[in-house]
Amino acid sequence: MMKRSTLDLWVGVFVAIGFGALLFLSLKVANLTSLDASDVYKVKARFDNIGGLKVRAPVKSAGVVVGRISDIRFMTDTYEAEVVMSIDTRYPFPRDTSAKILTSGLLGDQYVGLQAGGDTVNLKTGETLKLTQSAIVLESLIGQFLYSKAAEGPEKSEKK
Amino acid sequence: MTRVLALVTDLGSRVTAMIWRAGFAARFFWATLRHSGTAFRRFHLTVRELYFAGVLSLIIIVVSGLFVGMVLGLQGYDTLARYGSSESLGVLVALSLVRELGPVVAALLFASRAGSAITAEIGLMKATEQLDAMEMMAVDPVARVVAPRFWGGVLSMPLLAALFSAMGIFGGYLVGVVLIGVDVGQFWSQMQAAVDFREDVVNGVIKSVVFGIAVTGIAVFEGYDAPPTAEGVSRATTRTVVTSSLAVLALDFVLTAFMFRGI
Repeated sequence: MMKRSTLDLWVGVFVAIGFGALLFLSLKVANLTSLDASDVYKVKARFDNIGGLKVRAPVKSAGVVVGRISDIRFMTDTYEAEVVMSIDTRYPFPRDTSAKILTSGLLGDQYVGLQAGGDTVNLKTGETLKLTQSAIVLESLIGQFLYSKAAEGPEKSEKK
Repeated sequence: MTRVLALVTDLGSRVTAMIWRAGFAARFFWATLRHSGTAFRRFHLTVRELYFAGVLSLIIIVVSGLFVGMVLGLQGYDTLARYGSSESLGVLVALSLVRELGPVVAALLFASRAGSAITAEIGLMKATEQLDAMEMMAVDPVARVVAPRFWGGVLSMPLLAALFSAMGIFGGYLVGVVLIGVDVGQFWSQMQAAVDFREDVVNGVIKSVVFGIAVTGIAVFEGYDAPPTAEGVSRATTRTVVTSSLAVLALDFVLTAFMFRGI
């Protein structure tokens, strides 16, 4: 039988390693430290079509992540989608900021891009962005293209 | 006619035995929980079991975690490179380890490394009438022998699973970044963007706690229930590994169905 102090030492080492691994998973892998719920302000934006936007998708401005999507709702009064964004308080935006739904890469995930305006008053929690641009839906884009091609007439396209 | 009757009788006795055993298992589990106070009041008993179940499993967990991660790195890179998204290797390795492979493979290893040892130890204690001797001395064997082993296993399982995942991610990093040359920044930043603390890490820990309860519960029960012979103990040990492995895989499906329904 091993001495009790040696046993305690080994169990202590084991528990320390185990909690170290848990800490590594939560801090380094899941990046828990960034964007705490405490220091964000929530801003709403309405879109005609959000495409494949999901909750927890990033909100970027100039390519830098400044916040995350915290909620997506369907509004029955205007039949639009309302997207709630949690933006880090370190990044204040003017009131006339516009929001676009963009795609990272050709087939990547969708995110909201913010384009800062020129207003001197900054956005506060609960305010709604006025200028929005919906996601580009590939099917309707192809549909528009085919429609314009057909409108050009047959003789025009045969010239090529 | 008599053969049919014998067949039906046989079926009936099998079903009765099965229900009786299930009831006994439930009562035994309840008794273990009720006597858990001893395991925490006399914590050095549990510390000893933490050593046998946890510390001695460290080597196998660390080494297999590292290799599983390295294999994930190789295989994942091979597939992702076809779609030109080899930078997502970190996401693939981290998500598959934290959500699934970490808890499940660690629990399977734990069942064969520590569960079998627990069953064999308790079974042999029963076969050599040590448990009966304890009862003669008015020491409850469930409180003195079973509860510390149960809690030792339950407490060490989540730590081992976390260690497995962490080592696996390190292995994936070794193969992906150091060996193949995936960009370091992309590897970590894409992983951090995709892995969610509550959705992925916490759910993985919950899984490993449930697996720990299942594996250790089955191990102590099989040991306590083993026929007190050499053959009985050997059979009980085998049954522990088989039953707890199946229980882990089945529970994993149920838990995954509840946790990750894909929003």
